[in-house]
Amino acid sequence: MGLFDRFKTKKIEGVDDTMYLTLREERRITKENTKIIKEFERQKNRKHVTEAEYLTQMRDPSNVVEFDNLHTYFFTEVGTVKAVNGVSFDIPQGKIVGVVGESGCGKSVTSLSLMQLVQAPQGQIADGSIRYQAGNGKCYDITKMPKDQMLKIRGKEIAMIFQEPMTSLNPVFRIGEQMDEVVLLHVEGATAESAKARSIEMLNLVGIADEEKIYKNYPHELSGGMRQRVMIAMALACDPRLIIADEPTTALDVTIQAQILELLRNVKDKINGSIMLITHDLGVIAEMADNVVVMYAGRIIEQGTVHEIFKEPKHPYTIGLMKSKPGGKLKEDRLYSIKGQVPNPINMPDFCYFCNRCDHAMNICSKEYPNMVKFSPDHLTACHLYYGEGLQEQNQKRMQNNQSEGKE
Amino acid sequence: MAIELMNQNTSTENILEVHNLKKYYPLSKFSIGKRKAYVKAVDDVSFNIRKGTTMGLVGESGCGKTTVGRTILRLHDVTSGKVIFNGMDLSKVSSGQLRKMRPQMQMIFQDPYSSLSPRLPIGEIIGEAVKEHKIVPKSKYRSYILKVMQDCGLQPQYFYRYPHEFSGGQRQRISIARAVALKPKFIICDEPLSALDVSIQAQIINLMKDLQEQYGYTYLFISHDLSVVEYLSDTIGVMYLGSMVEIGKKKKIFSNPMHPYTKALLSAVPKSNPDEKMNRIILEGDIPSPIKPPSGCKFRTRCQYAMPVCAEKAPILKEYEDGHKTACHLYSQD
Amino acid sequence: MTIENEKVVNQNGKDNNNVSVQELEERFRVISPARMVAKRFFKSKLSIVGLVMIVFVFLFSFIGPLIIDATWGYGEIEVFRISRNAAMITTADFRAPDGKVYNYYDKSQTTILFKAPLSSDHWLGTDTSGFDIFTRLMYGGRISLMISFIVIFLETFIGVILGGLAGYFGKWVDQLVMRIVDIFACLPGLPILLVLSAAISSIESIPAEHRIYYLMAFITLMGWTGVARIVRGQILMLREQEYMLAAETTGIKAIKRIFKHLVPNAMPQLIVSATLGLGGVILYESTLSYLGLGVPFPRAAWGSMIALADPSKGQEILANYPNMWIPAGILIVVTVLGFSFIGDGLRDAFDPRMKR
Repeated sequence: MGLFDRFKTKKIEGVDDTMYLTLREERRITKENTKIIKEFERQKNRKHVTEAEYLTQMRDPSNVVEFDNLHTYFFTEVGTVKAVNGVSFDIPQGKIVGVVGESGCGKSVTSLSLMQLVQAPQGQIADGSIRYQAGNGKCYDITKMPKDQMLKIRGKEIAMIFQEPMTSLNPVFRIGEQMDEVVLLHVEGATAESAKARSIEMLNLVGIADEEKIYKNYPHELSGGMRQRVMIAMALACDPRLIIADEPTTALDVTIQAQILELLRNVKDKINGSIMLITHDLGVIAEMADNVVVMYAGRIIEQGTVHEIFKEPKHPYTIGLMKSKPGGKLKEDRLYSIKGQVPNPINMPDFCYFCNRCDHAMNICSKEYPNMVKFSPDHLTACHLYYGEGLQEQNQKRMQNNQSEGKE
Repeated sequence: MAIELMNQNTSTENILEVHNLKKYYPLSKFSIGKRKAYVKAVDDVSFNIRKGTTMGLVGESGCGKTTVGRTILRLHDVTSGKVIFNGMDLSKVSSGQLRKMRPQMQMIFQDPYSSLSPRLPIGEIIGEAVKEHKIVPKSKYRSYILKVMQDCGLQPQYFYRYPHEFSGGQRQRISIARAVALKPKFIICDEPLSALDVSIQAQIINLMKDLQEQYGYTYLFISHDLSVVEYLSDTIGVMYLGSMVEIGKKKKIFSNPMHPYTKALLSAVPKSNPDEKMNRIILEGDIPSPIKPPSGCKFRTRCQYAMPVCAEKAPILKEYEDGHKTACHLYSQD
Repeated sequence: MTIENEKVVNQNGKDNNNVSVQELEERFRVISPARMVAKRFFKSKLSIVGLVMIVFVFLFSFIGPLIIDATWGYGEIEVFRISRNAAMITTADFRAPDGKVYNYYDKSQTTILFKAPLSSDHWLGTDTSGFDIFTRLMYGGRISLMISFIVIFLETFIGVILGGLAGYFGKWVDQLVMRIVDIFACLPGLPILLVLSAAISSIESIPAEHRIYYLMAFITLMGWTGVARIVRGQILMLREQEYMLAAETTGIKAIKRIFKHLVPNAMPQLIVSATLGLGGVILYESTLSYLGLGVPFPRAAWGSMIALADPSKGQEILANYPNMWIPAGILIVVTVLGFSFIGDGLRDAFDPRMKR
């Protein structure tokens, strides 16, 4: 029996067990994937999609974007990765929404879904909808929108700033050429002169002093901070309604990060747009965001206004993240740390994803996935600690503790 | 001069003394006639580390903090200056001797993905040098490696596994185990956390702290993250463009930063408190190119207190409080 | 395995029924990088096709001759003749001066069986010299494969040593080696080969059979430069990897650093380039044989078999006897394609990021 055990498939903590699939299993998965992907691609590549099909109604007209139960899956050869698994949140007009989470939690994929830039054919939006309030007053469902229509929105109404300013500019073109191209593409009736004027105006707006010189430079002549400014200028060129900033300061130094964050804040007020700020840095979120969404393993585990999240975090993961950041108010000798690893995204359990790392894990936690509990109109968390069976168990524990303390 | 200041502190307590360390890289190999141009990656840096303590070295990218670490270990040759480790001048020992001394000084690298050879199993990665230097007798080799792995929070079954099966945090533990297995006295940690997630960072920080308590290691902790450095270090050195601008006890640096750059750096760190927005010093502009650093004080181009003297004369690192030194004209009388 | 592992097995055995998060721990199949490469390699259909092709060619040209030798008992230079019907050729009894009467056959009239069509005796017929084509294909494959493996092995050997020296030591060693490489890289290969082969054939002390080895030595001399470049580039890249620095800080000897850390990590590139190179050498060898510069006449080579159809010697064979030259052509294509498929498959398997 010992011998058999050695060849059974079991999960190993901290070890990527997808490596253990046999060739045959992988072949089977690949075959199934091809079938599924084909179906999705067929749906996507239909011609003559009428506008009625992707027109929809916003739940709240003051929102720019509403994610509603979004599922984005990657059909890889080792299994289906549910990168985004039922995510719902809103981006209100003129607000900064911070999405925070560790690597692989699906925060980037959420934003790519909004841009229809999920890497196809493996990556597909499997379910849910993303409602977008366009500039022309209409409301579109981006998940159903055909590609050619999306071109009119992407880069124009929704702009994106990437993490790596080194690689997101094309090294063989001058800064000015790349910026003009964006303007010429999206602004109707733009001429070479007007595009140049616009580009220079934008460079000026992002705090570049000698904009005429930068306009003529090549990307390699600029520092990281400068390039990120150029990227922001480029994103602003078409007066976007929403800017997605995907880890915009992660590759930058602290002093430069401070500059860029300051700039982003100012810019948002100037263009009266919204920002979806994706980062792993709680500090950046605290400083920038109005609303916060905390993601873990493809799901939202807590969301609320920045004050609610930072003053009274509810989910053990959010609490743990805050406690594990050194330099906080807790000057304990030993830093709090969340034990274990982020789970493997393939074959997620159907109970709480965090329960094997959680200090408060109860029986119920390994039975079902917790519902969202509402603390205030904005503040929601998905945790068993705050309702039903779990809450009772907690109360009992607390009572026992009180009793034992009382005895002493 | 700086040397005199240093010599006062010289005592057997110091495990590492760095005197006027310089590391210049020539810009072009074949320059004929013209004066050779150099990148002054490390320009006259001096500091001491006491046994069993942690020194934090902070600065932005390109400030030469990594080069300091690597030149101390003589992974790069020293242009000039002295590195005295345990009373031995490392810049003078022969390479054969150096190799024998290697186990005493170890390094933990930044990138957990490129710091483990993908073709060796974990046991071999950790144990290779243990065998090489005969740290433990052959009969105890396996149990010793397993004990080290346990200390570093690695399960014994990982012994035969290969690095590709592990996540970043686990890999960093393996990297730490490799360093610790050689029973070093001094470990240089070159941004060991920057590639890790927040929740994993805390685990690694705790691991490093536990190991230090247990075995009394001395750390040189190189990082750009001030909050981590604050948590781990006893003394802190702040570098800017190859020079040390401020050095002192952690409490002094954080409660009373003297150099304008340190002040800016401290205020630039985003705080996890939404009420503490704004009111920060935002530095203008970028770090100048190290190929053509500004004359005089290198920081003057971004300094809000820049004076005429700053452009003429480079400030000298001077002691103002007990062990708290800074290189800034604001505080010097002359 | 070890005691520690055994314990874990037992624990697992106990709470196997209890499906919980604690259902973690261990299984003992260690997946080594080599095994992962093998798995990815076999996953691609193209590489399996390539493998099948090469295995077929190998069996055909190394096992085939043995079977032919054992069953039919002849080799590549067996000339087949038609023995004419004795009755027809026999002349009248011949009385010799000693008074005896002899029967004799006119042997001079026995003709060589050339350009025979496909038959059960000669599966692909015979060629213009009366050799069995099927058998000669096998022998031709044997020499092609052997030569290409030897050439690639030597090329890689020289290239690894010189490229490794250049990459590891840098400075003037690098300069010297790379300049030599540059010089070799600008020599025109084929023209020099032609001149060289003419020169070699004029030296009488070199037997014709050995000519091909000299030419192959020259190809090796030309080919190592590519390997040296790859190795140097790899080593320059790998030297900067942090694990090489780590090996240095842990005080591991330079020799060990090179052979335990550097070489194994440079291997994938080498294996891929060698596999892709094999096909190239086979083409080179065939070209030489086609031009009549390679394997000398009675010996078989795929190139010289195709040369039978050389249109400059008349259109007859090209037009009327495809069985003489098409099989050799197909075998060359199969072999070169097979090596290419395997090489591509290996490259994808070694570095999955390169895919797509």
